[in-house]
Amino acid sequence: MAFTIPPLQDIRPPRWVKPSFDGRQLLPALIPILACLYVGVVILVPALAVVVQAFAKGFGVFLDNFKSPELLAALRLTLIASAIAVPCNAIFGLAAATAIARHRFPGKALLLSIIDLPFSISPVVVGLMLVLLYSPTHGVFSGLLESTGWKVIFSLPGIVMATILVTFPFMAREVIPLLEEEGWEQEEAARTLGASNWQVFWKVTLPSVRWAALYGLILTTARALGEFGAVSVVSGNIRGETQTLPLFVEDAYKQYHTEMAFGAALVLAGVAIVSLLLKIAVEQLMDRDRSPGKETP
Amino acid sequence: MTVAAPRRGLVLPRWFRPNVSWSITWAYLALVLFLPLAGMLLKAAGVGPAAFWETATSPLALSTYRMSFGIAAAASLINGVFGLLIAWALIRSRFPGQRLLDALIDLPFALPTAVAGLALSFVYGPEGWLGGPIQRLTGLQVSFTPLGVAVAMVFISLPFVVRTVEPVLRSLEREQEEASWCLGASSAQTFVRVVLPQLMPAILAGIAQGFSRAVGEYGSVVMISSNVPFKDLITPTLIVQMIEEYDIDAATVIGSVMLIFSLVSLIVINALQVWGQRYQGGDASR
Repeated sequence: MAFTIPPLQDIRPPRWVKPSFDGRQLLPALIPILACLYVGVVILVPALAVVVQAFAKGFGVFLDNFKSPELLAALRLTLIASAIAVPCNAIFGLAAATAIARHRFPGKALLLSIIDLPFSISPVVVGLMLVLLYSPTHGVFSGLLESTGWKVIFSLPGIVMATILVTFPFMAREVIPLLEEEGWEQEEAARTLGASNWQVFWKVTLPSVRWAALYGLILTTARALGEFGAVSVVSGNIRGETQTLPLFVEDAYKQYHTEMAFGAALVLAGVAIVSLLLKIAVEQLMDRDRSPGKETP
Repeated sequence: MTVAAPRRGLVLPRWFRPNVSWSITWAYLALVLFLPLAGMLLKAAGVGPAAFWETATSPLALSTYRMSFGIAAAASLINGVFGLLIAWALIRSRFPGQRLLDALIDLPFALPTAVAGLALSFVYGPEGWLGGPIQRLTGLQVSFTPLGVAVAMVFISLPFVVRTVEPVLRSLEREQEEASWCLGASSAQTFVRVVLPQLMPAILAGIAQGFSRAVGEYGSVVMISSNVPFKDLITPTLIVQMIEEYDIDAATVIGSVMLIFSLVSLIVINALQVWGQRYQGGDASR
């Protein structure tokens, strides 16, 4: 009786076996196309519009925008406010991260949520809270401000405070999870070898979270440079004096200085794109540091 | 303050007690966050309950709540569907331009809202790249209408669902799906009965985050909307208009309503993340 075994390569699943869920079907092929279309319409088209409109009347016109004293004043104010707010938030972020990740206490989850609060409060409400404290006419501290002659609302301190309040969680949020993951054996070892608190922080803790800290710094800076809502409430939006670059964009657009608005917007968009590229680079460095064998997404 | 003993029964070292970083944290939080919150509560309490209720439920305020919360809900639900789709495309398939798609998702986080507002109001304006064709084809005007507000809210709440679903989808075991179709389930059944229940907490957390962000959004909406009361005025813009008119009490009342909403949404999002931890190996602290 002839009983032949078919050669191996001829064994295929019978017709009635369905292919696996993401097999060669129509839907799995459609998903990336739909995803790209949606992101294209919602995000890519507006992003490209900024670039195209900034150069719509030529490169020379784009450069001429930067001769405007109002734009330069706005750029300067934005840089000054960020230069004060970002280091303050960096110090707080690192202090909070070491304090929270290295302590166990009841209400830890609550404290983490409280630190996240500025993410869920509307920027406008943040601005309002500062107005209610420091307004010379309505504020809680109006008497104190009057007697000392300090000006907070409609001037630099208010803009800095608004920027700080909106951006302070970024650093702590990036560093805390990493610090908790790392454990504290290395720090204990450093202490048994006689290192002081300060030495442990600089030589052990900070190097171990350097990429997360850098990432937090990038996010803080990008958000600080671009903050609009909170700053618009407290700054008074006086052209050339208390107008930051994002406020300048809106003001120029309202005044029909469209090229100027898009020129300034391109500067801010450039910052956003640089921060995204840095973020990708830092993420790769973080993955490489964690474990060489671990798969990268 | 009490501190639980560290692992392995070590004796609590001296440096472990409240120290410099602990003091900096609380001092900074007190100055930057608690003081403004307390000031707001103080001012809101000073308004008086009757006046508070009257302002908080005035017809204009109610119309802005409807606009803000209604459109934000629609926008975040749309992004719930498409966010899942995008996360699926990023994790479960390979196609050219995937890295670019991944990077673009974060753009609404990174792009200043004023820039987003400028770009959207141009693109969807009557002369814009998309606004023009849409108006010619359907007769609908996008900018300066509630539709424009919706476009801005969709833009800024897009990343949330993608970023919450991605890690859960990546950690799902393919074997479950294979087991499901081995047992005779169709693709659709497998998706609805096996995959979707595991992704649901992440999807809902993403929708809630997107909703919360969209409700509070000001910069991009103020540029694409006409800010006309009862037409497309949103609550944050109403607060700004009240401050500009020096009607600080009314602004405080509406601001307090927004603040209470933020606190509630923070609790809901945290609860959803705790629920979602069941499906994800720990780490919901991020």
